[in-house]
Amino acid sequence: MLNRYPLWKYLLILIVLAVGLIYSLPNLYPEDPAVQISSARGDVTLDESRLERFQDALADAGIEVKDSEISNSSILIRFTNANDQIEARDIIADMVGNDVVVALNLAQSTPDWLENLAASPMTLGLDLRGGVHFLLEVDMDAAVTQRLEVNASAMREMLRGERIRYRDTEIDDRTLTLSFTNEEDRDAARRLIARQFPDFNYQNLDEGRGAALEMTLSDQAVNEIEDYAINQNLTTLRNRVNELGVAEPLVQRQGPNRIVVELPGVQDTAAAKRVVGATANLEFRLEARPDTPDNETERFEFRNNPERSAELMRDVIITGDSVSSATRSFDENGRPQVNIDLDGTGGTLMNRATRTNIGRNMAVLFIEHNTRTHTVIEDGKEVEVREPYTERGIISLATIQSALGNSFRITGLDSPTESAELALLLRSGSLAAPIYFVQERTIGPSLGQDNIDRGVMSVQIGLMLVVLFMLVRYKVFGVIANLALGINLVLLIAVMSMLGATLTLPGIAGIVLTLGMAVDANVLIFERIREELRGGMSVQQAIHAGYERAFTSIIDANITTLLVALILFSIGTGPVKGFAVTLSLGILTSMFTALLVTRAMVNLIYGGKPVKKLWI
Amino acid sequence: MRQFDFMGKRRLAFLFSAILLLVSIGSLAVQQLNLGLDFTGGTLVEVRYDTVPTLDTIRQTLEDEGFQDVSVQTFGAATEVLIRLQQAFDPAVGEQVVGLLREEGANVELVRAEFVGAQVGEQLRDQSGLGMLVALGIVMLYVAFRFQYKFALGALLALVHDVVIVIGVFSLFQLDFDLTVLAALLAVIGYSLNDTIVVYDRIRENIRKSRIDDMPAIFNDAINMTLARTLATSGTTLLVLLALLVLGGDMIHNFALALIIGIGVGTFSSIYVASALLLSLKLERQDLIPAKKEDPEAEELP
Repeated sequence: MLNRYPLWKYLLILIVLAVGLIYSLPNLYPEDPAVQISSARGDVTLDESRLERFQDALADAGIEVKDSEISNSSILIRFTNANDQIEARDIIADMVGNDVVVALNLAQSTPDWLENLAASPMTLGLDLRGGVHFLLEVDMDAAVTQRLEVNASAMREMLRGERIRYRDTEIDDRTLTLSFTNEEDRDAARRLIARQFPDFNYQNLDEGRGAALEMTLSDQAVNEIEDYAINQNLTTLRNRVNELGVAEPLVQRQGPNRIVVELPGVQDTAAAKRVVGATANLEFRLEARPDTPDNETERFEFRNNPERSAELMRDVIITGDSVSSATRSFDENGRPQVNIDLDGTGGTLMNRATRTNIGRNMAVLFIEHNTRTHTVIEDGKEVEVREPYTERGIISLATIQSALGNSFRITGLDSPTESAELALLLRSGSLAAPIYFVQERTIGPSLGQDNIDRGVMSVQIGLMLVVLFMLVRYKVFGVIANLALGINLVLLIAVMSMLGATLTLPGIAGIVLTLGMAVDANVLIFERIREELRGGMSVQQAIHAGYERAFTSIIDANITTLLVALILFSIGTGPVKGFAVTLSLGILTSMFTALLVTRAMVNLIYGGKPVKKLWI
Repeated sequence: MRQFDFMGKRRLAFLFSAILLLVSIGSLAVQQLNLGLDFTGGTLVEVRYDTVPTLDTIRQTLEDEGFQDVSVQTFGAATEVLIRLQQAFDPAVGEQVVGLLREEGANVELVRAEFVGAQVGEQLRDQSGLGMLVALGIVMLYVAFRFQYKFALGALLALVHDVVIVIGVFSLFQLDFDLTVLAALLAVIGYSLNDTIVVYDRIRENIRKSRIDDMPAIFNDAINMTLARTLATSGTTLLVLLALLVLGGDMIHNFALALIIGIGVGTFSSIYVASALLLSLKLERQDLIPAKKEDPEAEELP
């Protein structure tokens, strides 16, 4: 029989519609401004009594609490508006120590029964909720150089241990050169080192006087170092961002050497940048003895007094990487200090170095990698040149009174802010390679709300115009097409919510465009039906032929657009990707609604009945 | 239904297209595109004032402080100001600019600050160009596979025609060409192709069905048959886009504009460039040989 669907097709459509409805529902529940209180390292208990104290303090300040809950030893307090939220954050932050993170958050208010079905609303992009976006580039050359420096230091120690005399070490690009006074020393060193460092390609160099060993990192080793550098940086950045207390941050690798960091809701960019981009680290070194050979020492200035300087050993006892925890406090004289706990290896190394050197001075060296950018004229064009430089300065030089163990403290910092940031950086780990900012965007929260309002309004108006147009032109079939359009919108939102896609401003534009194009398939079909009717076909045959013959056009047209959308997705970043996602999903849902849903409705209304005239 | 003699006027249409293309290419050659921050790199700061500020004062204030190549313009409302600095990266520039403007005594709020490194911009430029070529290439292959190579050639030239004209308009009026406009341009490719395919599909069907060899007549028939659909679809899409243009806010203003121009030109090109080119390429019934194997009439009727 013409224009009848088997029961299973109707059922299939109904099921899809039901699923679509359920999973698009959460988007109707707005998010609450909230404050989330959690322990930085999971060692602080946040329980009922704590929560009560917070609630009392908030009540004293006249702030209305909408709801509060405790889960996984973190507290979430909801508020009715954003002003209350920010005030409450400040109040609570004053009540807790710096081992507790107080973060602004947007809490979902999806009802439980929907949450049980794993339904959640779409996440909003930064352009819709405000925040900062950073694109960071990892300096891979520096990562390799740093590794070579560490290796060189280890080799020097081995050579000294075996009493092999060397003259100098030199690092250039990915090559490390050790020079010796004679070939015998060189050969002995090569035998010793080659066993321990398989990552190098070794080559003997015979210079004018003396001999040298040239060690070049293999390509594979360089790749490993780079991979390690970017992964280590990702971890560190995640730790730091968590310490900042941002809700739903994004830290993600992009391409071979870039990292995206998105911090929704953050407005103080300067502070965020200082923490995200900081490359500060510490090194602990012994002060050189007067009789130490020059090639084993280096001279550094003091950080807060450039006129003072000290001669330190080249070899590093430990770096900040061995720090397992760090907190700031004040010493008996009220000066800022940082209390440091070392991990196992770090503690052993520190103990061994200090035990044998009681009475000598040990320096804490503060190291920061930075880049300067300036423009130079090259071939008549202005070119940006980035020049990395490293600041090193001694922050304290103190006599070792007794063997140090796993925990000790350092002083000599300028301000409480500096001690707080240093403690945070030591806690979250240092960056394995310097990074620099290649892109940043800050979007104010007012702009975000503005964008949503405008986007929603243009979707509404656009939709209304299309609905009117279809009604006027296609009458009963117009009603069907409009229903399909509504279903299409619901399905699109449902799929985007299920996939966890992020809704951005271009994404809204994509939805609007999809709506415009979604009617195209219906228009194609309806025009074809009209034409077949004019050609003298019976009503049932015309409907059948209309759907059948429009099918190839619809498929071809949609597949080509889909191809373009996929290419957009693969080359695009950020906004373009958001647009591509909605466009592709929109094409798929509109094909479903145009080919199956409207057909089902038409079949239900007209199928198998003696219809004389179509209102089309 | 009235029949328009589209193919009869194709020389006029070619002339029209040629003029548009010449103006576009001329403008691109003389004054290039006004590339947005995404592509050039640099720094952009958007601020909001309580009261309407004077742009010259803002520029003067910033230049006195040593900023170079400062461009200041209002963005949408008269109280919103967009400041572009063609300078190297400086992390604190957003706060710095707002701080300076606050010193003048006005109440200023930072709406957004963006920085794009010159290298990133350059990579994006290359990537976008490449993406566009890949998109055109793949689409051409698909059309050649589904139809025939003459169709692919016609579709490709129609797409190039549309893209060049949209870019040309942006160059002519020196509108900001940023990432969202690029997205719009790719959507135009998709849309215009959509249009072209629908017309082609009908041309193919009619050639297979008809017994005459009068190509211009067959083409006219096909275009007239799809005309109602073409106008209805372009109409609804344009309605939605107009809503976006008027209400969507400044961030997507140029996006909507590019799509509106693109869809206008795309509709025109699917009729005149894509179809008329098939005539110039001397499309014959033999080019669609597989048609002999099937008789669509018999197969599709119950």
